[in-house]
Amino acid sequence: MRRRIPQLICGLFGLVVFLCYFSSHPTARSIYLTVTLDYWQIIFAFTLIVGAISFVRVNLRGIERGEDRSYRIASLVGVITMPLLALIWGLKGGSPFMWVFENIQVPMQSTVFALLAFFVASASYRGFRARSMQAAILLGAALLMLIARSTIGDMLWARIPEAAEWVRTTPAMSARRAILIGIGLGSLTTSVRVLIGIERTWLGGEK
Amino acid sequence: MDIGTIVAGILTLAILTFLYRDNPIYKMAESILIGVAIGYILVITWTNSLMALLFKPLFGAGEGWLLVPLLLGLMMFGRLFKKTSLLSRIPIGVLIGSGAGVAIPAMLEARTLRQLSATVSPVIADGSLDISMLVILVGVLSTLIYFYFSREQVGWWGKTAKLGTYFLMIFFGTTFGYTVMSRMSTFIGRMEFLLTDFLRIIN
Repeated sequence: MRRRIPQLICGLFGLVVFLCYFSSHPTARSIYLTVTLDYWQIIFAFTLIVGAISFVRVNLRGIERGEDRSYRIASLVGVITMPLLALIWGLKGGSPFMWVFENIQVPMQSTVFALLAFFVASASYRGFRARSMQAAILLGAALLMLIARSTIGDMLWARIPEAAEWVRTTPAMSARRAILIGIGLGSLTTSVRVLIGIERTWLGGEK
Repeated sequence: MDIGTIVAGILTLAILTFLYRDNPIYKMAESILIGVAIGYILVITWTNSLMALLFKPLFGAGEGWLLVPLLLGLMMFGRLFKKTSLLSRIPIGVLIGSGAGVAIPAMLEARTLRQLSATVSPVIADGSLDISMLVILVGVLSTLIYFYFSREQVGWWGKTAKLGTYFLMIFFGTTFGYTVMSRMSTFIGRMEFLLTDFLRIIN
């Protein structure tokens, strides 16, 4: 019963949403939109709160044990401060909540993102060795893109950006299309397996 | 210089210290970022999802049907305790089931049929050979053959599959190049902020 009831609910919701997709009747459209927009968003919101509570619990346990205490306290202060700022001063532009977002979160997030440029470059230095035909093609395509997207590309030969664009929209696009077709067929079969109850990994390992 | 720029500049430098190696300054900045980001997303989710879609319509406008997603959402809290963790299987079942129901027609349309129809176009148009269309057709077929693992890739089949790997490498190479350039442009943006607004070395 512990597995069968969730499985039945899963199949029922899947079937209803699937059938509603093919109907233009107002009730069917309303059910489809209600489930896919409202239900999803509300359940995801609760899931996020569960995740945040779990984060706080894990960090509190870590503080109790004395593991990375200062870092954990800094994280918890952030988690608690943001809702407090929103509660006291609101979310409008210029509020302390938005100040923290604009001057703490955004600069740090974009710097972490920018840091990846160095790691990608060092990884490519180690990984990009033209040992085989495939590796040589990979290296060539990457270099072409890098040169074409910088000022040097235009300076070397005016048609380099044009050639890079053709590579991007033709041979690269063909491989992308094949991958998308594969993803589409894979998702389709997995969805059918979920609906008819063959795929049960989402239920977890417990009986 | 305003306090916001000073704080943003110091935190940007703190993150950049990771380029030297993992260090306490970076770890502290990272911990602050994680905490603030979780706090931010919690507030935004509460305001835009729970208040706007659930609590205001349910308790303000009396839309009783919202009790169902409310109950499903509350069941997610069961996950926090061992005894009630099985309750969370029901809302997960709703998400997985409805997601699968949406995915069947959507994936078939957007990922498979649309891609196939874009591929199957005339190779000879207006009496002349369209090289680009021919390359796309050969590329898609050979890459699909490479991903077909139910037949041993030997002989002409294997050679076609190998051709598919060349197309895949071109795709990975171009994607890599694009990713590097986007990261570089973000890095230049951060450097511009540091040198112009924070350190004021460049005017």
